[in-house]
Amino acid sequence: MKTIAQFAIGYEQLLDAEGRACGDLPPFANDADAMRRMYSMMVLCRLFDTKAINLQRTGRLGTYAPCTGHEATHVAVGAAMRPEDVLCPVYREYGTQIWRGVTLTEILTYWAGDERGTDFAGPREDFPWCVPIGSQTPHAAGVAMAFKMRRQPRCAVAYIGDGGTSQGAFHEAINLAGAHRLPVVFVVVNNGWAISVPVAQQTAAQTFAQKGLGNGVPGVQCDGNDILAVRKVMEDALERARSGEGPTVVEAVTYRLSDHTTADDASRYRPQGELDAAWQREPLLRTRRFMEQRGFWDESREAALRADCVAQIEAAVHGYQNRPAADTDHMFDHLFAHPPAALGEQMLTARQYGKTGSH
Amino acid sequence: MPRVTLVEGINLALARALADDPDVVLIGEDIGVNGGVFRATAGLQQRFGALRVQDTPLAEGLIGGMAVGMASQGLKVVAEIQFMGFLYPALDQIANHMARMRNRTRGRLTCPVVMRMPHGGGIHAPEHHSESLEVLLAHHAGLRVLCPSSPARAYGLLLAAIRDPDPVMFLEPTRLYRLAKQDVLDDGRALPLDEAVVLREGDDVTLVTWGAMVHDTLRAADELMNEKISCEVIDLSSLSPIDHDTILESVGHTGRLVIVHEAARNAGLGAEIAATVAEKALYDLLAPVVRVTGYDTVMPYFAMERSYILSVARIVDAAKQTLQG
Ligand SMILES: Cc1ncc(C[n+]2csc(CCOP(=O)(O)OP(=O)(O)O)c2C)c(N)n1
Ligand SMILES: [Mg+2]
Repeated sequence: MKTIAQFAIGYEQLLDAEGRACGDLPPFANDADAMRRMYSMMVLCRLFDTKAINLQRTGRLGTYAPCTGHEATHVAVGAAMRPEDVLCPVYREYGTQIWRGVTLTEILTYWAGDERGTDFAGPREDFPWCVPIGSQTPHAAGVAMAFKMRRQPRCAVAYIGDGGTSQGAFHEAINLAGAHRLPVVFVVVNNGWAISVPVAQQTAAQTFAQKGLGNGVPGVQCDGNDILAVRKVMEDALERARSGEGPTVVEAVTYRLSDHTTADDASRYRPQGELDAAWQREPLLRTRRFMEQRGFWDESREAALRADCVAQIEAAVHGYQNRPAADTDHMFDHLFAHPPAALGEQMLTARQYGKTGSH
Repeated sequence: MPRVTLVEGINLALARALADDPDVVLIGEDIGVNGGVFRATAGLQQRFGALRVQDTPLAEGLIGGMAVGMASQGLKVVAEIQFMGFLYPALDQIANHMARMRNRTRGRLTCPVVMRMPHGGGIHAPEHHSESLEVLLAHHAGLRVLCPSSPARAYGLLLAAIRDPDPVMFLEPTRLYRLAKQDVLDDGRALPLDEAVVLREGDDVTLVTWGAMVHDTLRAADELMNEKISCEVIDLSSLSPIDHDTILESVGHTGRLVIVHEAARNAGLGAEIAATVAEKALYDLLAPVVRVTGYDTVMPYFAMERSYILSVARIVDAAKQTLQG
């Protein structure tokens, strides 16, 4: 039998575990300001995560999905995108969202069970968090279809987890994107786990990057804790999409250093040794070492950054805790542009009996 | 007799079914080592192995579809949908295949599947975790839809569901999972299907409800009793088919009916019950039927869920309304 088609999946890594460059560096890696901006955002995300978990533990926030461990991937994707692109996130990619202008207050408001958190003041066309796993990927394909129809040089980016790739919707979206060469990038964040289910149990595939191959869509895997690699791979994929060459599946291999959410207890199913080993590969220290080697960073900058992050976070928490209370009309006032008259009676009943919850 | 919560009652019934019948298989997301996000399957994979208690890939359409295939081979599949808001991809399989396989094949292939899923809000969960979508299931011929209101009823009804040769949708009131404990005899005895239960007898008003709202309705009945209004409280329990006879008998006696459900009002099961009473017992009624339901809004994020989920006061006022004039 002769071979009629062949496929390969590339792997990109530009920083080793000690933060030393181990490949041809892209231009932004030599740009001190660009690197400082990315690193600062990673630190902000890490400190914000700690704060949010603490708020949840002390009854001041609802269930929260932490991002610790994923910062390099999330921030690099944000940095590679343009403001006019559209993001279809899942629920823990705060680094990308904050980069694009979503505020810390909005994030907290969402996790406090308040719809107003999804009315982003910043990226008005970005999608809100998407809890039903996988269902955001066709949205990104649809957004990209609109860009293509209108000949706009914009791209859509959809996130999905390793677990999420098992959903039919993911494959349907890739298939459409491939068939129409849509300007979209599917970012598979492989963090090792889908709640309690490890990757090996989710799929027999060697990589998630190859999930597009069956639909004619190329894929590339990168070290998701290597901010240079993720940004490079994303920039290439976005450039490809923007120039009409079609979609890419980008797999970022990282690790969920937290519980799945604050409602989860990973110690029930995850070996401690695996977690400890993963901490050795976490992305912040690596990025910092790289910058220190280049003279972009030092102890005093680190101290100033941390103080600044803490201040930003405190201000956000203050804004969140002091946001105006919602009344029961809140349930009704954005259901329709033209609400049916019959809803008016229910709105009055809700006012009469309503109690608003905590948080 | 062990005192157990509702979720522990479910765990006991699952363990009993797995032990009694080698064809019983559990499938779902995070049900294995993790024991389910609500712990309903805790310890079962350790006890019965990773084939009989299987973690599936993260895909509800798959769960519904693979259950149909496994059931066609005589396995008795008990599938868990992690939250009711994630049912939608499985609905294609449930409605187009599970519900009608027996009918399409004239009884040649059948679907002895139980689909378990949390139902309703009230636990401060993120969005899509608090839905009450029973009508989506009740509308399909060929499915039974059950909703227990206590640990003992959960145990007995789940065993009945697993032993039934047809697909049964088993809705577990999230709010009740750990609300209260009850003595549950793990004797393997199933409760009857297709029957409502009269939880409290009374003379003035019939209150019909199910799931978590049973508890609020009983509290409302207590309050009304303080005002000398005697309520008959019916736990519908079987949401499809509906045991109309039990309701009609009660309304024949009280002449007044209040239907209480957490799900939205529009095209809710309350309408089905009210319409049947109008058809069969209009002249027994001393007052118009009143429905106390969720609003026709999206289930709000949890900060507002206490306003969405109806209160005891609303039930009390509705009952009083039937007594006016
Ligand atoms: C359709 C659907 N099914 C189930 C769930 C419950 N659930 C929430 S997150 C999750 C695991 C997701 O894993 P993965 O896609 O790897 O993303 P990660 O959480 O690791 O970022 C599950 C099963 C859901 N939100 N949506
Ligand atoms: Mg994952």
